Amino acid sequence: MHEFHIVVCMKVVPKAEEIRVDPESLLLDRENARSEINPPDMNAIEHALRIKDQCRARVSILSMGPPLFESILRVGLAMGADDFYLLSDRAFAGADTLATTYTLARGIDKIGDVDLVICGEESADGATGQVPAGIAEWLGWPQVTLATEFQLSDDYTVCTARREIPGGYEVHRVKLPAVFSVKTASNEPRFMDFDRKPWAMEEAGVIVWSRSDIEVEDDLIGLKGSPTIVSGLEQAETRARQQHMLEGDPESIAAQLAEILAPFHTRN
Amino acid sequence: MAVSLYGPEDARQTVCVYLEHNAGRLEDVSLGLISKALELTSGSDWRVCGLILGDDTRKPAQEALARGLGEVISIQHEIMTRFDVSAFTRACFEVILQEKPAVFILGATPDGRDLAGRLAVRLRTGLNADCTDLRLNLETGQLISEVSGFGGGVIALLESPAHRPQMSTVRPGVFEQQFVRPVKSGVIRQIDVSLSRSDLQSELLERSVGERLDLSKSQVLICGGRGMHGEFVQLNALAEQLGGEVGATRPPVDEGYIERERQIGQTGVVCRPKLAVTCGISGAFHFVVGIQEADTVVAINIDPQAEIFNYCDYGVVADAHQVIPALIEALARESHSSHA
Repeated sequence: MHEFHIVVCMKVVPKAEEIRVDPESLLLDRENARSEINPPDMNAIEHALRIKDQCRARVSILSMGPPLFESILRVGLAMGADDFYLLSDRAFAGADTLATTYTLARGIDKIGDVDLVICGEESADGATGQVPAGIAEWLGWPQVTLATEFQLSDDYTVCTARREIPGGYEVHRVKLPAVFSVKTASNEPRFMDFDRKPWAMEEAGVIVWSRSDIEVEDDLIGLKGSPTIVSGLEQAETRARQQHMLEGDPESIAAQLAEILAPFHTRN
Repeated sequence: MAVSLYGPEDARQTVCVYLEHNAGRLEDVSLGLISKALELTSGSDWRVCGLILGDDTRKPAQEALARGLGEVISIQHEIMTRFDVSAFTRACFEVILQEKPAVFILGATPDGRDLAGRLAVRLRTGLNADCTDLRLNLETGQLISEVSGFGGGVIALLESPAHRPQMSTVRPGVFEQQFVRPVKSGVIRQIDVSLSRSDLQSELLERSVGERLDLSKSQVLICGGRGMHGEFVQLNALAEQLGGEVGATRPPVDEGYIERERQIGQTGVVCRPKLAVTCGISGAFHFVVGIQEADTVVAINIDPQAEIFNYCDYGVVADAHQVIPALIEALARESHSSHA
């Protein structure tokens, strides 16, 4: 019987709190920021591993990026994933959502016989949340975004997923294969498995595919395949504020604040 | 280069606005988009049209005309009793190819994001997500989307020069609803799209939506950050006292001290309260954008160097844990004496 196969899309981002902006050029200085796995993707792999804990499933990590992603994403193998595919080619660089989702979808095609694709809700550095829908569209598969729980049918052909929406939830049932994004913080990602660590960090082979390996059209990848361009950077305008500092002992500060706040009383 | 299904030479001078509705009413995010689209095109030959889908769109389509739209394209079908990304993408795709708008804008809601993500790929066009503002060059037809950059205070301007429609999603709360004169000659155009149950991608087994907490409507916002160390009891009491709501920065949300729907800022809610009080918040830019439109900002932080003091009207260098209880008492005394 075919082994149930889950692909988790993951990426590496610079740590948000370590990014600085060059005041002259307004460009981001990512050089001095350390990298980490995109935090929402940790929730994605945890959901995949929980499915694996319950049934026989193979979990593969899929990422697109430079070779330096490899050592960082090996953590996913140590957490419990079985394989790691890295789409890496200079020609993939500069991709926007359209080109990124195309490339990832071709990677999923190449992996073959995939039942479930799980992505994080959004990337910490792009924060567009449009990748899961884009992958689903290229593959022609159904999608359920913002999922918090998964339940597979006994024959592994249908997935019931609960998703979180503002003010409530929905439960959807879709035929597999399908693409899901998971709600950020919808689970507690596990730590690395100590026993798996030597294998995951050193021995495990990472499958690296270039553009010729995944049969992509050159016009649809990287910068060439990206309709959107950054045409400018500006310092965000911030509203001028009074910046009046209140002085005095705690008692007097509380009294001054009460005076400022009292007109905003919407009760009474 | 990747080519969209139609290009700038075939695009019409039209801004198409995707209209989300619920229980017969347009969603606030859609009302904001209508206002923005009318503002961007005012005094020009550009046309603004709404696009609305559902099993019964009559009431919200009328509401769109009352909000100043001259034209609403409506697709009604019995299977569209609720949003289904597959059926809705198919229907929108047909209309877009017929109408060839230069610009297509949607709200960055769960449904809007699902739809935009699929539609942009099907149309092979560019999509700028979660924009904080839009500009339109009426001469060239170029849409410029602003997104707040990753990190401090920089906005990036994004364009899709060669692809149409130029698609953008805009975060709820970003655009204010302007009240405009309804267009007397406004028309609702029904377009038929052939759909069947097999176009639905998923079965909806259950749906439960309660009272939706909408911080963007709150007049008074009491916000807590990392410096509160997870203690929100006093902030809740102050919010209660002032008839407001409690919001938070990302760390207390990530640490589980407060619900995610109360997160303020770039990856949370963008608010326009009359008053925002920030407690134990350092003032990182991705938070500040969420209260930028507040009329008055009061900041309480123990660190005199905190960035937040550059963004406030009144600043207090103190531990919020001590100031807030004293403030609650002082407010209680004041309201007591004003009633005496």
